[in-house]
Amino acid sequence: MLGPFLSAASFRLPVSRTSPRRLFDWTFWLILGLTTLSLWIVWQRDGAGVVSQIFTDDLWLLAEILPKVVAGTLIGELIRRLVPREVIVRWLGAGSGWRGLLIAAFVGFLFPAGPFTVFPLAASLLVAGADRGAAVAFITGWLLIGLNRMLIWELPFFGFDVVALRAIASWWMPVAAGWLARLVPVRLAASSGSSQQASSDRDRI
Amino acid sequence: MVLLALTVVLYAIVAALLMSAWRRHDGTLQMSLTAATREILHLLPRLALGVIGSGFMAKALPQDQIVGWFGAGSGLLGVTLAAMAGALTPGGPVVGFAMGAAALKAGAGLPQVMAFVTGWSLYTLNRMLVWELPFMPPWLVRVRILVSLPFPFITAGLVAAVLSWPGLWVITPK
Repeated sequence: MLGPFLSAASFRLPVSRTSPRRLFDWTFWLILGLTTLSLWIVWQRDGAGVVSQIFTDDLWLLAEILPKVVAGTLIGELIRRLVPREVIVRWLGAGSGWRGLLIAAFVGFLFPAGPFTVFPLAASLLVAGADRGAAVAFITGWLLIGLNRMLIWELPFFGFDVVALRAIASWWMPVAAGWLARLVPVRLAASSGSSQQASSDRDRI
Repeated sequence: MVLLALTVVLYAIVAALLMSAWRRHDGTLQMSLTAATREILHLLPRLALGVIGSGFMAKALPQDQIVGWFGAGSGLLGVTLAAMAGALTPGGPVVGFAMGAAALKAGAGLPQVMAFVTGWSLYTLNRMLVWELPFMPPWLVRVRILVSLPFPFITAGLVAAVLSWPGLWVITPK
């Protein structure tokens, strides 16, 4: 018997993004503010020559990286529509033991979606029969080594050498996180109110 | 060369996916292309601003301070501070990666920057409050955070080990 929280979470699994994102939200203004401030400091201290040098260098960098960003976006949008959500949930719920962790981490690595999809999906995984190890491996895979994010966001800022090095250092961590999550004592994992959910979760491991 | 190969592979995947979307004849292709165009138009201004902004931020940051706090010589303390800074950095990928890249250019050590990126990826408070806690059982969030705690340190250690090996991994400066 799963607790009411999990059933509620499963109902909230959104099929697609419901509220349109604003183009200029607060993160945009934050970066714009920091950029303007830095530009002003560099201008005052080093002069207009340095400012235009930085500007052209970064513009070239952006032009160089743009084809990969376009490809990453296309792959994300196509996969999202070609692979039904039910298939992913079935995949993630299927495996147990190490195999389950590996599949979950791998799906997290490939899954092209934002937080509005990943977290509800992870919650519904528990309902679909996956253990908490698989849920944690899936989320950690998406957060830490998500392919789409590495291609679209990390590569433009850090370049291939740095991104590849981080991926090499981190690729095993989602599986390790899932494995550790199974080891965490349920007492520690669950507060008194949700111990029933936690123990029913443990029964599935 | 590696980047060129990566681009070729990416577009091969794009071509294969476009083909299978087209074969469906149910509007999947058009919907995907429309959504992708909208997505690119949404992220292009942010990406441009982030990349250009991180260039200026790197130049404007006080280099001595950055090197002192997060430089290669800052060791475990620098890694710890960087991981904590990552957890406290608000916003989406553009903020996290722009700040990490700016710090790297301004003289922070790569292990420290990797700890920052890993800390930001795993536990940025902002995303946890807005996205994770509303959708997931709180005990699962607690377990996830708890088991992820060592990762920024392990990443930094592995990166430092690789870099200390002469010629094993060469980072070409951008």
